[in-house]
Amino acid sequence: MPDAIEVTDLTKIFGTTVAVDHVSFSVKEGEIFGFLGPNGAGKTTTTRMLAGVIPPDSGSAMILGHDIQREPVLAKQEFGVVPETSNAYTDLTAWQNLMLMGELYGISSARATERASNLLGALGLLERKDQKVQAYSKGMKQRLILAMALLHEPRLLFLDEPTSGLDVQSTQMILSLLRDLNRAGTTIFLTTHNMEEANRLCHRVGIIRSGRIVALDAPEKLKAAIDRLHRIEVSFGREIPAEALARLPGVLSADRIGDKWQITTENRDALIRLLVQFSREQGVAIVTLNTLAPSLDDAFLRLTREASL
Amino acid sequence: MNPAGFSEQVRRSWAVAKKDIRIYYIKGPVLIFGIFMPVFLFLAFLMGSRQLPLAFLVSGLVGMALFFTATAVSPAIFPWEGQAKTLERLASCPITVEAIVFGDMIASTLFGIGITLITVIIGLFLGLSLLHAITLCAGILLAACCFSAIGMLLAVPPTNTPSNIMMLSSLIKFPLVFISGIFIPLEQMPHWGMALAVCSPLTYFTDLVRYSFTGTNYFQVPFDIAALMVFTIVFTAGTMYLHKRTMPKRM
Repeated sequence: MPDAIEVTDLTKIFGTTVAVDHVSFSVKEGEIFGFLGPNGAGKTTTTRMLAGVIPPDSGSAMILGHDIQREPVLAKQEFGVVPETSNAYTDLTAWQNLMLMGELYGISSARATERASNLLGALGLLERKDQKVQAYSKGMKQRLILAMALLHEPRLLFLDEPTSGLDVQSTQMILSLLRDLNRAGTTIFLTTHNMEEANRLCHRVGIIRSGRIVALDAPEKLKAAIDRLHRIEVSFGREIPAEALARLPGVLSADRIGDKWQITTENRDALIRLLVQFSREQGVAIVTLNTLAPSLDDAFLRLTREASL
Repeated sequence: MNPAGFSEQVRRSWAVAKKDIRIYYIKGPVLIFGIFMPVFLFLAFLMGSRQLPLAFLVSGLVGMALFFTATAVSPAIFPWEGQAKTLERLASCPITVEAIVFGDMIASTLFGIGITLITVIIGLFLGLSLLHAITLCAGILLAACCFSAIGMLLAVPPTNTPSNIMMLSSLIKFPLVFISGIFIPLEQMPHWGMALAVCSPLTYFTDLVRYSFTGTNYFQVPFDIAALMVFTIVFTAGTMYLHKRTMPKRM
């Protein structure tokens, strides 16, 4: 799969602050890539450089085969941008905003009309298309700028905190649309604070801290990588003595928590097999068995904390 | 379609111009200000300079109207849009900075021409006869482009506070009116005044308007037109170059 985004040594300095420090990564076509980091880590600055809004001080970014510095128009023609704050023209109606986008992307009037109707319908804004955007709620504005970013059927979509501060309905509508778009082949570059959203949506995530990439992998691999020790939570059909569990090979500790046991081990797979064998030998049923993997939140906190030390 | 091609970028400039007209120009207060400002300045001088002929003053009114209207709104568009983050939206679209600037210039040119035509009608209504209509039309078109470029040039400092730009704009625009032969005929100006007057594009436009209404002028018509063309090219190229450099600082 070719790269949709290829970033090499991208750097941005504001005064004496290095906002983005020689960042390099790539995003494959058709991928949903999550870009995570604490406030002020350099997420938005990186996204703005990739979208051609601000120039980098050094380094390069190839967007769908076009250098964003040397061929900005050709690169921008291929992608859409959804910023964190709505930047639709509030003195225009939703329809006028979409038609303006159509003209700025060189789409024929007939095609723009058809796309605008479909998008506004899909995003629940069709009935209020002739209302000025200043009367829209935050969720409606966010849905509108998503429609504006999608009007020209981009191959790549940049989203900066698209669901930040939105109600559940708008959030679900946007996330569902993003999944559908990705299934249809659109590459998605998602900047977010929401770990659950990144965990559920992204194929890979990059974590940035103080302008530097500190981790780059699939969410599950990142979660697995941060803890050498794994926890397994198991409950049996009747009481089991603690010593019996502690004697199992590979068990480092076994703690009673309510009606369950929480067992730590270095080899999760071997322990699960042993627990199944143990239950059979003891003639006791396993009622529940859960692997307690660290969450993406844990991974994020660990990685960003380590990077700051 | 080549999105980066010249014709495609001009088409996108037109989209920017239409957006500007909708959002910034077709507004009651803007239209009223565009008409009232030069009319009141004209009336003030009409009452204070009774010895000057009406044709001279109406020519000045036309000159002022075009100059003030073509430079009225355009300096504030970038700061407004920078503040509202809509400039970031434009910057992420496949349109060059030059095309955005050109779109803003088209809108301000059309606004300037529209309001100026009203003042020409006022002149005709006051009993003046239009002797050289084609010269006047060419002069208005050329000067509107030139003054629009000046308006965009005033917006170059990368501030997103419109009041800062409007203050700078007033500081430059008002002195220009007084050195451009609008209230004092060029032939009555002292040497230092003439030295300043030839540096102002408004001088050449006012001279063309005077010729169109009275048949008399200070410079030759081809010279006035050539001077306006040179100013237009220099200011347009300058504003596009400078905005390209300062645009990222607004984001």
